[in-house]
Amino acid sequence: MTRPFLSVEDLVVHFPTPDGIVRATDGLSYTLEPGKTLGIVGESGSGKSVSSSAILGLHRNTSAQVSGRIWLDGVDLLSLSDKEMQQRRGKDVAMIFQDPLSALHPYYTIGNQVAEAYRVHNEVSKKQARVRAIEMLDRVGIPNPGQRVDDYPHQFSGGMRQRAMIAMALINDPELLIADEPTTALDVTVQAQILDLLQDLQREFNTALIMITHDLGVIAEVADDVLVMYAGRAVEYGSTKQLLTAPAMPYTLGLIQSVPDLTSDVDEPLRPIPGNPPSLLDPPSGCAFAPRCTFKHLVDPPSLPDEVMPELEEIAPGHLRRCHLREHDLSKLIPLAAEKVEEPV
Amino acid sequence: MSAPLLEVKDLTMHFPIKQRGIITRTVGHVKAVDGVSFSIGAGGALGLVGESGSGKSTTGRLITRLYQPTSGQILFEGKDISRSSARELKPIRRDIQMIFQDPYTSLNPRHTVGEIIRAPLEIHNLVPKGSRLRRVQELLEIVGLNPEHYNRYPHEFSGGQRQRIGIARALTMSPKLLVADEPVSALDVSIQAQIINLLKDLQKEMNIAFLFIAHDLAIVRHFCPQVAVMYLGKIVENAPREQLYTNPQHAYTRSLLSAVPDMRQAVVGGRRERIRYTHDVEASAASTAATNAAAASPSA
Repeated sequence: MTRPFLSVEDLVVHFPTPDGIVRATDGLSYTLEPGKTLGIVGESGSGKSVSSSAILGLHRNTSAQVSGRIWLDGVDLLSLSDKEMQQRRGKDVAMIFQDPLSALHPYYTIGNQVAEAYRVHNEVSKKQARVRAIEMLDRVGIPNPGQRVDDYPHQFSGGMRQRAMIAMALINDPELLIADEPTTALDVTVQAQILDLLQDLQREFNTALIMITHDLGVIAEVADDVLVMYAGRAVEYGSTKQLLTAPAMPYTLGLIQSVPDLTSDVDEPLRPIPGNPPSLLDPPSGCAFAPRCTFKHLVDPPSLPDEVMPELEEIAPGHLRRCHLREHDLSKLIPLAAEKVEEPV
Repeated sequence: MSAPLLEVKDLTMHFPIKQRGIITRTVGHVKAVDGVSFSIGAGGALGLVGESGSGKSTTGRLITRLYQPTSGQILFEGKDISRSSARELKPIRRDIQMIFQDPYTSLNPRHTVGEIIRAPLEIHNLVPKGSRLRRVQELLEIVGLNPEHYNRYPHEFSGGQRQRIGIARALTMSPKLLVADEPVSALDVSIQAQIINLLKDLQKEMNIAFLFIAHDLAIVRHFCPQVAVMYLGKIVENAPREQLYTNPQHAYTRSLLSAVPDMRQAVVGGRRERIRYTHDVEASAASTAATNAAAASPSA
């Protein structure tokens, strides 16, 4: 049997704190193939960034408790020694961070930082690395790279800094690229350029891409599959089309409904998800979304979601969800949704 | 037609670029806001969109008079406040309040929610001491928080709840104009809609006018019947919502709209054609003004 290129199995990341254990990620599983894009959606604190940085081994030598398996090309990354992980980090797996200004070192030139990423994994002279860095800056669309290579991060605009980050991440031709909210800090026009660039480069290098974002518009444009996370767990997983056209979990439906687009009726009030996300320190024992769910009263018996955590079940080929509702087609339930949910204080 | 609540005429803000040496001297100016004109009626809402660096936040800060403009007029209820002294501004500050982007840094972490919301009452000495707590609880209730929580500190609240506290503080003085600078962009998507609905309800119930500054074009469209697009310190297009979103006149507006990712369209296949914008703003603004009477013509 061939294993998928990337297979995350039952990943758990817990942070012990003086107040108790923060269950940032609790039993997460997904797979990804080369050249494909997985979008991970969820609100802040849902565990989307924490679970992805576990792939890079960024929780090593911290107080975090990590368990499960992360298979990349047949190797379990969690079983590697620190040294072996170091050889892969930045070479096989690379990451683009949300805020390029804080991810770049202000005292080193852009060229220096891009070249360093290359020199760490390749036996080359400084000169060769510099040539390679200029090549890469050119590839990500930095104008006049021969000169800009000696600029410092503050001399770059936000969009150019993000391009430099992408150059740094892709300079070793990684098999897996994790982009953590790569365009959140950017203007829409620049966002569009960066998304186009990422997709071009992905096609060219056949990279597997994990795109972490809270913007469903971005997901719709770039992702093949989508994983929706809530309170550290996957609540829905399937193809982008399945999830966005036929969401089967009330949280996904709520996310889709709460975003206005450029054609929605402006006289209708927006339809927000009531309440606030739960604390991961003391998550609800049943379904984590139950306190905010407008369909809860339709479950038989209605107390079930508060007591029992639903399992992930496959409702259509490749489409999984975690929900007690018997109905898969939520559009049928919308007229029955509760007007108001008792607000947890 | 009666005079608008706020009228801004040819507003400019030039920040000097200083070169430090033995003698510090000014070597140039950043024209952050460069000849901006618009008006907002009582209870109305003007959306101000544009990318970072376009001058939209500076415009908001000029109207709240956190900055003194280089030139131009800010007429609030017919009175020019662009050069008013701090003393003259004090009564105006009750009428013009601001909601900030980041609910984490805009609330003093060492003050309780009650102290934060009460502060304006104390500064302006309006409500008698004994009934201030009642006013605080009233405001907490209006913005959808538990009135019993006035003794808690900001860190005990989530991002969306903190933004509600910021809104309560802005409402303390029953303002006539609220300048909301990216009021939801720091919040989770599921919470953004809650705050937008709250602001819309307040606008209706209290007849508050809004200058709504944001980069999210869909949210601005939802909130504001009139939208102005800023680019490099100038307003390149100012039109009613329907017109701006269905028939944008300026090339920059078109490029901005084409860059918005559209969930519903992308799912059914393909994305809209993206339009890149590289034109010189002066020339295009002038040409737009010629073709579109509704657009401001800021080219001086």
